[in-house]
This record gives sequence, structure tokens and C-alpha cells, in this order.
Amino acid sequence: MTNHWCDIKNANLVLVMGGNAAEAHPCGFKWVTEAKAHNQAKLLVVDPRFTRTASVADTYAPIRTGTDIAFLGGLIHYLMEHGRIQHEYVRNYTDMPFIVQRGFTFEDGLFNGYDADKRAYPDKSSWDYELDDDGYARVDMTLEHPRCVYQLMKKHYSRYTPEMVSSICGTPLKRMMKVWDDIAETSVPGKTMTILYALGWTQHSVGSQMIRAGAMLQLLLGNIGMPGGGVNALRGHSNIQGLTDLGLLSNLLPGYMTLPRDEEQSYEDYIASRAQQPLRPGQMSYWQHYESFHVSLMKAWYGDAVTEDNNWGYDWLPKLDEPLYDVLKFFDMMYEGKVNGYFCQGFNPISAFPNKAKISAALSRLKYLVVMDPLKTETSEFWQNVDEYNDVDTANIQTTVFRLPTTCFAEEDGSLVNSGRWLQWHWKGGEPPGEARPDITIMGGMFHRLRDLYQREGGVFPEPIINLDWSYQRPDEPSPDEVAKEFNGYAIEDLRNEDSDEVEVSAGKQLSGFGQLRADGSTASGCWLFCGSWTEEGNQMARRDNADPYNMGQTLGWAWSWPANRRILYNRASADVAGNPWDSDDKRLVWWDGSKWTGTDVPDFPVNSAPEEEMSPFIMNPEGVARFFARDNMVEGPFPEHYEPFETPIGRNPLNPDKPEVTSNPAARVFRNDMELFGNAEEFPHAATTYRLTEHFHFWTKHCRINAIMQPEQFVEIGEVMGNELGIKAGDRVRVSSNRGYIEAVAVVTKRIKPLEVDGKTVHHVGIPLHWGYVGLAKNGYVTNTLTPFVGDGNTQTPEFKSFLVNVERV
Amino acid sequence: MATQDVIARSATTTPSPSVREQQDVAKLIDTSLCIGCKACQVACMEWNEVRDEIGSTVGVYDNPDDLTADSWTVMRFAEHETDEGDLEWLIRKDGCMHCVEPGCLEACPSPGAIIQYANGIVDFNQDNCIGCGYCITGCPFDVPRLSEKDNKAYKCTLCSDRVSVGLEPACVKTCPTGAIVFGSKDDMKEHADGRIADLQSRGFDNAGLYDPAGVGGTHVMYVLHHADKPGLYSGLPQDPSISPMVGAWKGLTKPLAMLAMGATALAGFFHYVRVGPNRVEEDDVDDATPPPAAERDERHDADRGGH
Repeated sequence: MTNHWCDIKNANLVLVMGGNAAEAHPCGFKWVTEAKAHNQAKLLVVDPRFTRTASVADTYAPIRTGTDIAFLGGLIHYLMEHGRIQHEYVRNYTDMPFIVQRGFTFEDGLFNGYDADKRAYPDKSSWDYELDDDGYARVDMTLEHPRCVYQLMKKHYSRYTPEMVSSICGTPLKRMMKVWDDIAETSVPGKTMTILYALGWTQHSVGSQMIRAGAMLQLLLGNIGMPGGGVNALRGHSNIQGLTDLGLLSNLLPGYMTLPRDEEQSYEDYIASRAQQPLRPGQMSYWQHYESFHVSLMKAWYGDAVTEDNNWGYDWLPKLDEPLYDVLKFFDMMYEGKVNGYFCQGFNPISAFPNKAKISAALSRLKYLVVMDPLKTETSEFWQNVDEYNDVDTANIQTTVFRLPTTCFAEEDGSLVNSGRWLQWHWKGGEPPGEARPDITIMGGMFHRLRDLYQREGGVFPEPIINLDWSYQRPDEPSPDEVAKEFNGYAIEDLRNEDSDEVEVSAGKQLSGFGQLRADGSTASGCWLFCGSWTEEGNQMARRDNADPYNMGQTLGWAWSWPANRRILYNRASADVAGNPWDSDDKRLVWWDGSKWTGTDVPDFPVNSAPEEEMSPFIMNPEGVARFFARDNMVEGPFPEHYEPFETPIGRNPLNPDKPEVTSNPAARVFRNDMELFGNAEEFPHAATTYRLTEHFHFWTKHCRINAIMQPEQFVEIGEVMGNELGIKAGDRVRVSSNRGYIEAVAVVTKRIKPLEVDGKTVHHVGIPLHWGYVGLAKNGYVTNTLTPFVGDGNTQTPEFKSFLVNVERV
Repeated sequence: MATQDVIARSATTTPSPSVREQQDVAKLIDTSLCIGCKACQVACMEWNEVRDEIGSTVGVYDNPDDLTADSWTVMRFAEHETDEGDLEWLIRKDGCMHCVEPGCLEACPSPGAIIQYANGIVDFNQDNCIGCGYCITGCPFDVPRLSEKDNKAYKCTLCSDRVSVGLEPACVKTCPTGAIVFGSKDDMKEHADGRIADLQSRGFDNAGLYDPAGVGGTHVMYVLHHADKPGLYSGLPQDPSISPMVGAWKGLTKPLAMLAMGATALAGFFHYVRVGPNRVEEDDVDDATPPPAAERDERHDADRGGH
């Protein structure tokens, strides 16, 4: 979230799209109630199904699954066409005036530089600004230059007329215009809309671009950096935000730093390409401190073993020969027999990943599988025949499965990072049962055995393991406190003030913020973003002061929020160019008091930079402003473009109906042997989508009796019209099949799913909750991901769980 | 519980001692804020230490699909299409309404099995329950359920144990959206006024409070978007009242019935003296099992209108 849960109460309008907050985040949803109760806010829900969230909404609009970019693109077009944008904000705080290079084009659904064989844009060099002689980007503040971002964007979305959008999305025109009008009202300075989204935007072959489109909408309306505004990802696990913060992805390092690629063998070049210099005069470009963060990370990992002489251990970092080894890629390799062993920690891939048949076959080709989990999972039992629900031939599976029982979150101390970026410390509520051990203990034990092997037997490349600094009090069981302090970071030597030479932080002391990090090896920090979370004042994450002196819901004394305990990102943008809040009554966040930045939140800005210095609010970007034009940062182009799901019920992209190569995302993550398994609308006519229910959490809670009572048995939802056509009544058993397999479940036949008129066809949706499987107390069911396609977003590699094709029959 | 004052006691003619004045309590359920998450159902099971069976899905979100002796509250989901063609998903937390004039208490023949506290809570005392099921007949909301395990009637207690020590009921405590609130009946009515004004400002002209006069008002009240049509909410009675049969039982028939019962007892006594103890055939027990579940289900299906 750019903002945070409690801040939702400051919104004038709440848009829930690509998510079902009441269903999947019922506790956080209380803040929507607060906004409605105390701020007279309205709630809009755009979703293929009339959801639990829709049940308390002021306006609901249906949309065909996978078409949100069309909806948002049309809205962008509508706002620009009618001038219903926050003009001053857009002109000053975004890249609208920036002039793009001459070579950038968009024609027939493709941006320039596409290579059809590679299914990628290998050369994105012209997707960038035109620079002047000083290396700064050229701008045209009148926004009239034909190649300025404003004009390019206007042209790009001119195709997204209301009629076209309504035809793609199936949203009735009148209802769509009502939603657009409500949203347009928040373009008034001081009025804000918050967007709450979740995996309904992420899990598409164009998921990242859907979210970008949402972010662009918010920028147009001047809603980023504002209280009650923002683009707010409601995270699906209690600590999935922490996972990304700590870089638990194959191409990332902690704090959103990136692993080098194979061709980046030079440390200097690696740093230079990341430590971006300002693209406009007077801008901050905060990533120019990259080396301080990087060296501090390497010192935290390797201690004395890394020095300037060995480039701070740069050679010990893995260099990616592939763009990344994401889960899709890894399971594809496993499926091809290229993987021997797999450690599965807090992950249930056979339930959670698309195309169960492929995952099952892949796991069967392993020599060994280690499952670390508090409970039995479908993955740990993948080799067991459980009737029709897991119909495998056990005798033919040679994989050795080790189950290492772990503690669950309630049985250990530690911190969780919530959707709003708060690091909240928690204390264990009970002792773990039996032989269950914390994950960190298991990993610690494994590390020591590996290191012993390397020390005794050598090996090809022992240094990265042997040299790890592991100075914990109990090496086999590092305590959560120790690890948390290490993430925060400490001074290795006395840190002296550059001017006065006074010691500011003595050696061995905890650092108080990432501004103290240095690139000379005198500081260590396991994650620069978390610097400030455990200082000499103690564990900031354990703070529980909910005082809210300005009644703005920012509660700076409650837990600790990255970065720097800042509650709302880019909050400088909540004030106008002169430094005064756009709305000084209801939306005051930070302001210039004549000598410094201050306010109800920690300013996301250098506190002494006066408005006259013209530093722009988006200090992480080298241009200082927010980007509508993504430059080369997205794999499929600088502007979000509507592409159909890989399995589309209409078989063509109405924006380019005669160009089959751009029906679906031309740069999505897809493997050859999976393309053959895509189905078509002739055989599988219905649009399907998968989702969670309130009563369960993923595949876990079916182990818990009360949750199992609340939703005991697998079901699928179909609309009444479809039910009548197929002769299916509520309570009947139905078979839902895709080109990859089938499931059987009870039918819920409902008015809440309506047929949509799309591109001249009637499209029915089938809703498929995902919780069931073949372990636990709830009734056994089929793994929903038997049905889903193995294709992902090209930026995040997140699979397209939300849009695919099925057929439905009565059993 | 000892701290709560009994103001009425089933089948008892002696007036209850009223030690002190106590404020009426009320639970207010705002259907317009309810997201149907069932946290209240979970909290109810947790606090009261009851566990229902792991059932089946019958084609709707409702689970369990009816109140049982182990599910004292359930969410009922109703789909309603407005005249304008808009859909509404009207979700109602069902359970005991804690009537000011409780039909169950009125109908109950067993001394002290049903009691009403001065704060308005109507509670069942299973120690005194004879499992006759009259409370079910007497309830205009079809709430009490007989347990198959001990053949005694159960229903929501409004967490009388929690309330007696100054806590809110478990469902109120857990409700994530503030759709359930608890306090004095006056305060709850005032709170409802604010909610109703908000709903009216959002286009629900008939929003209102459900506190039906036919049972003297209730200590569980609803805020409804469509107070003119409570039946839309899975068959919430438009104008609930105690069945005339119950009145007849109490007023006219009861003395006669008592006489008949006495005569039966007497006859039984003589039978025992002359023949010895009765042997109960299994079939007889089955026949005696009160209200046929299918009949209740039918009623709910009809109420839910086409699920």
C-alpha cells in the first residue's frame, strides 16, 4: 500500500476493483465502514461477481474478468477528454511535460522493438525521454509538444471510447458512466479516492499493467501521496509484504535492490547502473545512495570477510544467467527433469500453482522433496492416492518426501509486515507441539551442516557459504531479536560527522535510520528499508501508542512503518507547489511551515528543502516526478494496453480484431509446452475465475474444525441464466473442465453472476473458490488449480489464476 | 448469572423478587454494514464451546444452513432484485430476538426452564428443560432447537454470562465492521437513528429499525434498508406475534391439559402398580423425536425465495 489500512477512513470515495476486500480482508474492511460513517464516503465495486463487498457498496458495476485495463484506459481517456484531472498536480508532479524519444511508436497493438520469435521487446532504448546536452530530460510545460507524455498518452487512450470499453468489458454503458462520473469527482484538489485491489489485478497475464493503469488513474486525479488516496495492494498473507521487502524473489536482494545479471561482472558497472543520477535539475534521485545500502548489506552478511579490496564480496553474489528463476520457471525445469531436490518452505505448490497435473508430474520427477510446514499439505501428500481427488499411482512415484514440522506464527516471536508497510512485533502465544521447530532453527541447522561439508571437502565455490558471518549467541538458533537488530543495522566503526568530526554513532551501536548508512564498510544493515526499526531506543516495532493528535489516523507511535516510520509514501504531494496542503482541513498531512517540512506524518522529503528549490515529491525517481510513461521498466510497454486473457471467451482482441498476434499479451511469461494446453471458446465457452472465501485462509484452515463447519464442502458459482440454460439447480453436482483437467463440486446458482454482452457475444462467468483439497477436516475436494493455465505476467511471473476458460456440465 | 435479576419464570405463579432496577440491554444488528463473514458464528461457537457437525453445502453460502442446537446463530443470505433491476444481497444474522414478551417462555410448561432477566435477556436453563419442544412452537421467529444428544432446547443466550459481568456478547466483540453493537436499548435506538439517516441519505427511503411491537419489542434489533419489507431478509416476520395456540394453551387449555396430564400420571401410576415398568420400543422413541427437520427446512427454503 502506498497508504495504510487506517488511512482508508480519510477517503471520500473507495474503489474496490481487482479485489474483494470484505471477503478476503474483513478486518481491514472496517476502515471502509469508518470512511462511510465519518466521511460520508461512497463505496464503488467493479467485479465480475456481485461480491460480499458489493453487498455493502453504493454502486456495483459488473466487468468481464481480465479486462480491467480497458475499463481503466477508457476512464483515463474520459478524464483527459473532459479535463477532469487535478491539473496543477499533474503538471508539476508527474512526467506529463517530459518529451519522449523520436523512435517510440505504438501501432496495431505493439510498441516499437518487438521480436516475435523471442516473444519480447529486446530493444527498449527508445522507450525513454529525450535528453538535453546536460543529460537532463527535456520538458514542455505547456504540454503541447506532440511527443510529450501528455500528448502520447492522450493519443494512446483515444481508442478507448466508452462504447469500445463497454463492448470489451461487458459493463453496461450507463452503469459504467455512473462509476466514471463518481470517480471523476475526486479530481477536485482535496477530494480523494482510495483504490483497494488485491490478486484480482495481480493474477493476470497483464496483471502489472492493470495495477499501473490504476496508479495512472490516481495520478491523474491527484490522489497519490494524499490521505485517503493511493494505490493500495491488500496483501494475501500476513507477511507477504515482508517477503518482498526482504527480497525473497530469485532476482532481488533485500530492500528492492537487484541481483546482478551474468553480463554484469564488474562491480563498478553494477553500482553505476543502479545508483541513478537525477534526470532533472535539483532532484533527489534517492537511489543514488544504492552503494551505501548495498555495501551495508554485504557487511551484514559477511562481516570482516568483505572489504573494498574484494569489492565487498561482489564475486560471491550469484549472477543471473536467466532473467530470473521464478516459480513458473523452476517448476517447468522440474517438469523437464532438470531438478533433483526441492525445499518447500511455507508453500503448497500443488494446490497453489496452476495446472496441478504438471506440478504433480514435476514433483514426481524429484529425488527428494523437503516440506517445512506446521501442517500436512497437499504437496507433502502429493504421492498419496486419495480417490478421485488425487488419483496418482503411488508405486510409480520415487520421490523421497521429508516433512519437517515447523512452528506457526503464534508459536514464535517476530515481526510481520502488514499491507500498510507496518512492521508489527508479536510475541508467541504458546509453545509449539511435539518436534516442531522454528524455520530459522531448521535453516540454521542446515547451514551448519553445509558449511561443515564445504570446510571438510572443499567444493567448486565454497566462499559464499564459508565466509558468512554467523555470530549469533546460539548459532543453531538465531533469535528473532538478533535477526531483527541485524536487519536494522549497526555501526561497525565510530561514525563521525563529516564537518565537525564529532562521533555521531559509536561503534557497535544500532543505527537510527538509513541516512546513516555508508558505502565505506563502516556500517552494516541487512535491509536498508528496515533501518530505524530497532534502534538504541529499542524495538520500535513493539510500540503500541495509538495516539492520533491530529485525528488523521497516522498514529506515528504505533509499531513502525518503512521507510523511516513514514505512513504515506510520496506525502510531499499532499501539499501544493508552495507547500500548503491541498485541503488544510480534512487532508492535512505534511506542509512547509516557513522553515521546514512538518505535519501529521513523517515528511517523505528532505525536511529543509524549501518549495522555492523546486524539488519534486517523487524523490525515489531520478526525474523527481511520478511516471505515466514507464520508460523501459515494464516488459510489454510504457503504457498499459488491453490484451485478452490467454484463454479468451471472445477469441479476439476488439482493439485489434484482425491481429491474432496481439490478442493476448505478446510479452507474457509462457513456456512452449504450456501453450499447447490452452483451450478455446468453442470447447470451453465460459469465462472462469478463482478466488478465496471469507471462511477459509488458503488451504490451511480446512484443518480447523470451525472453519470447516463454516464452509464444509467445495462449490462453484454460476449465474441463474446459465443454470437455467444448462438445467442446473442450486445443490446439483457439476463437473467443471478446462483443457487441463476437471473438478466436480456442488453448484451455487445465483443472481449475483449475470451474463455479460461482450463483443457481440453473451459471456457467462463461473466462479471457483480455491480452498479445497485432500487433507484436513473439511470434506475432500478437487484441487482448483487442476483447471488453471500455466502462464504468467512477464514482469512478476504471477500466474493467470483469474481468467481462463471452462465448460460446465451437470454430473 | 447470580448477579442478574429474574423478572419472570416459566410455569411459575409466584412473582419474582425484583431487587433493583436494571437497564434494558439490546443488541443492534445493522444489516447494511454486515458483510456476512460469519465471524459472529465462529465467536459464538468459541465462547459457548459448542461445535456443530461439519455439514454439506446445499447450494447457498449459508453454513450451517439452519440454526441447530450447536449453532445458535447463522447468517442467512438472500438475493433480492429491486424494481430498478439492481441486485441486493441481504445478509441477516439470525438467532434469538430476546422478545420483551417471549413466546417460548409463554409456551414452556416446565418450571424455570426459561427465564427472563430484568435486563431483557431470555435464557434457557437446560437443567429444567423437559425437551417438549413447545418453545419452538411458541417462538414467532423459529429459533430454539432441540439437541439430538440430550433432547433439550438450545438457543442464543445473548451471552448472559458475559453481559452479567459487563462484557458485550461474543458476536459483538468479534464483528469486524461494527455491524453488531451492544448497549442499553435506548442507546441502541439512538445509534440506529443515525444509521437510518445515513441509509436514507444513500437512497434507502424505507430504511428503519426492526423492533416489532407484536412481541412487545425485542432486545435484538435490526437496522434494515427495507424496513417496510422485512420478509426480504430470509423471511424475517413482518409482524411477529405469539401464536394464538400458545395463548390458548396458557389461558384456557392449560388447566384442562394439566388435568389430563394428572390423569395420565395417575393412570400410569396404577399401570405401574399393576403391570410393572414400561418397555419402550425403539420405534416409539423415533416417533417421539420432535419437529421433523424436513418441515423446518421447507419453511426456510420458502423464506429464502428461490435459492
